[in-house]
Amino acid sequence: MLNSNDIVALAVTLKLAVFATLLLLLIGLPLAYWLANSKWRFKFVCEALIALPLILPPTVLGFYLLLALGPNGPLGKFMKLLGGEPLAFTFTGLLIGSVFYSLPFVVQPLQNAFQSIGKRPMEVAATLGASPWDRFFSVILPLARPGLLTASVLGFAHTIGEFGVVLMIGGNIPGETQVASIAIYEHVESLDYANAHLLSACLLLISFVLLLVVYGFNRRSRVLLP
Amino acid sequence: MLQVQLAQHLGEFKFDVDLEIALSGVTAIYGSSGAGKTTLLRGIAGLDRTLQGKVQIRDMVWQNESEFMPTHLRQLAYVFQEPSLFNHLDVHNNLRYGYKRRVTSSRSQMMDIAIELLGIGHLLKRSPENLSGGEKQRVAIARAISSHPQLILMDEPLAALDARRKQEVLPFLETLHQELDIPIIYVSHSLEEVTQLADQLVLLEQGSVLANGPIEQVITQLDLPLSHEYGIASIIETHLIDHDEQYGLSTLEFSSGQFSVPRLRKAVGSKVRIRLAAKDVSITLQQPQQTSILNIFQGVVAEVGASETPQVMLKVSVGDDMILAKLTKKSVDQLALKSGVTVFVQAKSVAVLA
Repeated sequence: MLNSNDIVALAVTLKLAVFATLLLLLIGLPLAYWLANSKWRFKFVCEALIALPLILPPTVLGFYLLLALGPNGPLGKFMKLLGGEPLAFTFTGLLIGSVFYSLPFVVQPLQNAFQSIGKRPMEVAATLGASPWDRFFSVILPLARPGLLTASVLGFAHTIGEFGVVLMIGGNIPGETQVASIAIYEHVESLDYANAHLLSACLLLISFVLLLVVYGFNRRSRVLLP
Repeated sequence: MLQVQLAQHLGEFKFDVDLEIALSGVTAIYGSSGAGKTTLLRGIAGLDRTLQGKVQIRDMVWQNESEFMPTHLRQLAYVFQEPSLFNHLDVHNNLRYGYKRRVTSSRSQMMDIAIELLGIGHLLKRSPENLSGGEKQRVAIARAISSHPQLILMDEPLAALDARRKQEVLPFLETLHQELDIPIIYVSHSLEEVTQLADQLVLLEQGSVLANGPIEQVITQLDLPLSHEYGIASIIETHLIDHDEQYGLSTLEFSSGQFSVPRLRKAVGSKVRIRLAAKDVSITLQQPQQTSILNIFQGVVAEVGASETPQVMLKVSVGDDMILAKLTKKSVDQLALKSGVTVFVQAKSVAVLA
């Protein structure tokens, strides 16, 4: 059986993934909608920035986040101004890092979905008396459902699998910032293969089930995996 | 009355339109592709904010120099060339979409009327993905009507359908024309559809209005490019006054006589629109005797069209109506046809439209 420390690590991981996914959708939906519809000339700069974590080594992203969130970084100073503590080595810091890291996995499927819907359904809805917000919720979101599901699951799964960023900014505080992937690493370092196996199998199972859900639901519609 | 003054300058394309459109029956916007038909329609709907100017329906300003009412607040409905149904909703909920957003309880039968008029009662539970092209477009038209708009805009609703599917929709459009009191602006580049459906005709060319008026007048104006098009025809509104069961004929009365046409399945007293193709009309100077042609009328040449080709268009005034005849230049010279000459018009074939 999983030892108590590993169960806590799994719980932190899932909590992180749930919060990160919610935040990612909150940021990703308007961002992807804007990217899909904007005619701004320099839109490509934003697209490139969002896509960066796809190719950047997580340690690089983690290193810069560590500087930014630390006591002397801009975000750390800002937190101090508000009377809080610096965010490095906290769960909140980890959450911020995860959102940056997983953003392209959420934005890109959503942007593809919005783009493939096109402008026409919005125009039709407008001529039938629906206001912009009404149109977004009654037409665009339902039509983007496969993309929305793909984005949520990818964001969730990618947060679970994260390692490098966590290592840099999260540290390894059990119950606070120690996630499953780090716990596995620790077990292997201390040659505790049995526990490494158990925890790895758990992650494997979770990831596989998540993907089953996406492919199962999207079976009949276009699958929007990047 | 719908007043439209809209202009747009985009590179080479100059669009500048100043129109008054009667809010009754069907007004066709006719022109070749690139004439600005769709631009005009999108401008009226408020879907294109780059158009500058004024749009006013009755006393309600939809757009002027200082105000722009967004599309969803304009009491209109739009039927696009592609049916554009909401695939996440079944047919019934597609119909309800505009209905529940616009329609107040006092006009609550509008959706039932639309279902009835478009003959889609058996499709309500279906998903749009399982409908044929013609059925989809009928649902799209019913969806527009269900929202009980003050104005319905249709952008070539038949253009994406093949000939057979077209025949699945066209009869329903004719029914709408007769049964519904919502004005329709109908964009088309098909002369056939236009002569079949329209009461008023707006002729667009290269972004400006060439003509605007009752269709019988615009279509017979010889100085317009329209009269040179293949398939040009005169349109005459008639009343069915009698059926002749012995010969299987129906008699249609117009301003200056009666047409005999094959027996119609319509009640005596109904309005019938007929079309006389200019190429099927011939001219004689004497009353033809012992001819097999039934439809012969006396008239006066109103105008002889100018022509560079061997073909000449002749406009003959028959009662209050105008009939076009496409003749050869040789015949016109031999018969010495000019304005004011009394002639007899023979119509070899008569197409009954509605």
